Amino acid sequence: MTFRQRHLLGIEGLAPDEITAILDLADSYAALNRRERKHSNALSGLTQINMFFETSTRTQASFELAGKRLGADVMSMAMQASSVRKGETLIDTALTLNAMNPDLLVVRHPHSGAVDLLAQKVNCAVLNAGDGQHEHPTQALLDAMTIRRRKGRLHRLSVAICGDIAHSRVARSNLLLLGRMGNRVRLIGPPTLMPAGIAEFGAEVFDDMREGLKGVDVVMMLRLQKERMDGGFVPSEREYHHRYGLDADKLAHAGPDAIVMHPGPMNRGVEIDGALADDLSRSVIQEQVEMGVAVRMAAMELLARNLAKTSE
Amino acid sequence: MTTLFLNARLIDPEADTAPPGWLLIRGGRIAATGTDAPPDTDGARIDCGGHCLAPGIVDVGVKIGEPGERHKESFRSAGLAAAAGGVTTIVTRPDTTPALDTPEAVAFVLRRANEAAPVNIRPMAALTRGREGREMTEIGFLTDAGAVGFTDCDRVVADTRVFARALSYARATGALIMAHPQEPGLSRGAAVTAGRFASLKGLPAVSAVAERMGLERDMALIGMTGARYHADCISAACALPVLERARADGLDVTAGASIHHLTLNAQDVGDYRTFFKLKPPLREEDDRQAVVGAVASGLIDMISSFHTPQDEESKRLPFGEAASGAVGLETLLPAALRLWHSGDLSLTQLFRAMSLAPARRLNLPGGRLSRGAPADLVLFDPDVPFVLDRFALRSKSKNTPFDGQRMQGRVIRTLVAGRTVYGRGAAR
Repeated sequence: MTFRQRHLLGIEGLAPDEITAILDLADSYAALNRRERKHSNALSGLTQINMFFETSTRTQASFELAGKRLGADVMSMAMQASSVRKGETLIDTALTLNAMNPDLLVVRHPHSGAVDLLAQKVNCAVLNAGDGQHEHPTQALLDAMTIRRRKGRLHRLSVAICGDIAHSRVARSNLLLLGRMGNRVRLIGPPTLMPAGIAEFGAEVFDDMREGLKGVDVVMMLRLQKERMDGGFVPSEREYHHRYGLDADKLAHAGPDAIVMHPGPMNRGVEIDGALADDLSRSVIQEQVEMGVAVRMAAMELLARNLAKTSE
Repeated sequence: MTTLFLNARLIDPEADTAPPGWLLIRGGRIAATGTDAPPDTDGARIDCGGHCLAPGIVDVGVKIGEPGERHKESFRSAGLAAAAGGVTTIVTRPDTTPALDTPEAVAFVLRRANEAAPVNIRPMAALTRGREGREMTEIGFLTDAGAVGFTDCDRVVADTRVFARALSYARATGALIMAHPQEPGLSRGAAVTAGRFASLKGLPAVSAVAERMGLERDMALIGMTGARYHADCISAACALPVLERARADGLDVTAGASIHHLTLNAQDVGDYRTFFKLKPPLREEDDRQAVVGAVASGLIDMISSFHTPQDEESKRLPFGEAASGAVGLETLLPAALRLWHSGDLSLTQLFRAMSLAPARRLNLPGGRLSRGAPADLVLFDPDVPFVLDRFALRSKSKNTPFDGQRMQGRVIRTLVAGRTVYGRGAAR
């Protein structure tokens, strides 16, 4: 098993064996997380700081819980309320925190590339918890883990990613990961929400949802931000739901045992039908959340091991 | 008092020749050139060692931080950078703080520049007051004060009625209008060119079509008003047919290209390197090659550096928030020589685009090697290799995309009106 990274900034820099290494370790943590006593001491004595420059409930909670279960000292900072408001630059904030000698820094930021920039300035391991419209690597890893557990493999699958591809870091990371592991990816959405040149990444692009879903093994829905619904990118919420919302009728075009995923938080009745989201025979949305903690535990432990190597 | 340069390779963009020869300076002007045996003179004699002697570069569209942002660049630092880069005339942009939009401000710039800078500095003035796109500036008075062109720089005059009136009025004074062709709605908020790279990096992007649309609008208005027009920076292949059509229609239109867009492409941004954030953003490789081809054919007239100094604080930010622009006075020549080393452009083509064409278009006396022209000259060795260290630049700001890159070409000596301003024996 080999995991050579100093930071986890994106799926782009990961090799297939590194992705597999994270998922394998995460499987053991998934088992641990289902036990009554969920503690390990893999990160004991290490300090983890979560810096969220953009609000988040589930990702922040997931990282916090992951660090605590591994025995790290965890501190979460809501950066919107802090010195950033007072005009401090991102780099100065990073240097200030760096001076407190953290070992793991978990960062979410509204600008693409901001986490890369920060990683250049600190000497601890940095995990990208989502940067602008660029990447959200732990989300793609937890999705991959959920797929692997449900489908028994993570290659030669046909996966449809549906909705607001253009503004989604989840879509980018998933597209890169699924492609790297040897799957076929279809992107489904209206042309206004499809980024330019995306077909060159080896994905098939569809603007008709039924056609795009034909025979797929996995259906991944994306959240559509409220502010993009009113005439800007799509004409209205109801027209979007009619053409691109996942319901039982559209899902019937997918493979008979296709699973339904969503990174959350969901807009019920917009991109996904409420009843379908709750149908545990198809929807794996709750399992995604569960795997999120395990995958983040694995990623942080692997980075911490490399941290120990470099300091020796 | 004469100075004779002998054993030189004379890069003459007017004659489109580059023969070995000599050049004689008398009273700050070029007195004679020749390819035969050099004349006997009792003045100074400088052996050029077979290196290239060319008309000094006329760099159109340089931003200097005076007034307003002198910590980024002063007339002094820009002048020293220009001299070291073989630039003998700087044509400045009016996007200062405040905008250069009154005759008094133009007079200030000329006075400050002449005190502080060793090279010629000619200012352009804003086309509308405060560059706000609402009311035209005093185009006549500004011209009398010494403004050589009118531009709102990267702010497109979005109101077509305001722009059309300014163009009509300018026609009467013969003023040159320089515009940044860009459709403002489509390009709002964009940091890079739309395409594979932008999608991978998740950055706000604009299609190159926005440049074509901006140029098409401007060409329609030039057809209507008959003004003299220069498109400051053409970077997209899809804009070139618009330019061709304007030429065929006989419009008084010229165009420029930036050295960065001629030598770099969108991929160079790499991992969010903000020194590569430019306006317009870097384009695809196909665009770059098409624009290089347009310079070779003469469809694009000028090459400029679009020198835009930015301090470290404005660049050490996430890509989307970082300021645009790159410094270029000192790197224009070695970067341009990349196009010569690659076989894309000849030395005479390069100096036609960097010296002759801008001087002609702005009615400036330099840019040529002919008798009677001011002795604004650059002597350089096009082959010397070096690795660029941004902290060695003379500009106050060090935001160059060429940092750490291998380049070729070294300025040996720069002269302005016969006086050495860079190289051995330069006056301080």
